[in-house]
Amino acid sequence: MSLMSIFDISGSAMSAQSVRLNTTASNMANANSAAASPGQVYRSRQPVFATIQAQMLNQANANDFAFDNEGQTGLGVQVLDIVESDAPFQQRYEPEHPMADGEGYVYYPNVNIVEEMTNMMSSSRSFQANVDVMNAAKTMMQRVLTLGQ
Amino acid sequence: MAINFNNALGVHEQALLLRGQRSQVIATNIANSDTPGYKARDLDFASVLKQRMGLDTAATTLRTSNARHISDPSVSIGNGPVREEALMYRTPLQPSLDGNTVDEQLENASFARNALEHQASFQFLNGKFSGMMKALRGE
Repeated sequence: MSLMSIFDISGSAMSAQSVRLNTTASNMANANSAAASPGQVYRSRQPVFATIQAQMLNQANANDFAFDNEGQTGLGVQVLDIVESDAPFQQRYEPEHPMADGEGYVYYPNVNIVEEMTNMMSSSRSFQANVDVMNAAKTMMQRVLTLGQ
Repeated sequence: MAINFNNALGVHEQALLLRGQRSQVIATNIANSDTPGYKARDLDFASVLKQRMGLDTAATTLRTSNARHISDPSVSIGNGPVREEALMYRTPLQPSLDGNTVDEQLENASFARNALEHQASFQFLNGKFSGMMKALRGE
């Protein structure tokens, strides 16, 4: 039943988008966390999305999907990893700051607030789109169940 | 005269199944709208349906007489899965920098349209069944 697998596909996308929203929340919350040295400063975290390929699924589920599982047909999305950004930190001269180092510098995270805001909007929209797909699939299945009545 | 389900139900049984399978392809596109490098795919509904019904006389098919012969990849007849090769890649209007070719508006529209056509196929199929029920009751 291929309509069933839509729940898996949209569900995987919804969980991936919520991971993305989580990293955005973490980045925004820590945008102004100061640190005394470059080693301790918070780094912006970004999830890496990848398509789940059919071969990765076990054979028991393979028949649920509409396509033969030799090829590269995608069946949803997964979060491969969460990587820390290598962008340069902000180094501010704040000698009065309690965390200032010997030269009076304080280190701030490499979080780009504008980027994080657009990430937030994009992930919530994508989440919404997948909820709509799931609802539509549910309606289609419910309708098919009334066949012959 | 025996009732033959294949004759009685016509194209609608296959159409309903294929609509369900196509909705899976489009759902995958929407799910991967933020995946770098993902290429949006879709199937040519009319030609796949023709092949499934065995009506595609225009397409020349290769005859295989040995299991090791290479069969025509795009043809599949019956209720089995759609062959991977029947899925085509969308031509992107605005490909993004990360190599993703999913156009969310287009995919949403295709999904909605496909759902509506699924409902239409269902109505036709349901009509066929209620017609048969009426004939059986003979009221």
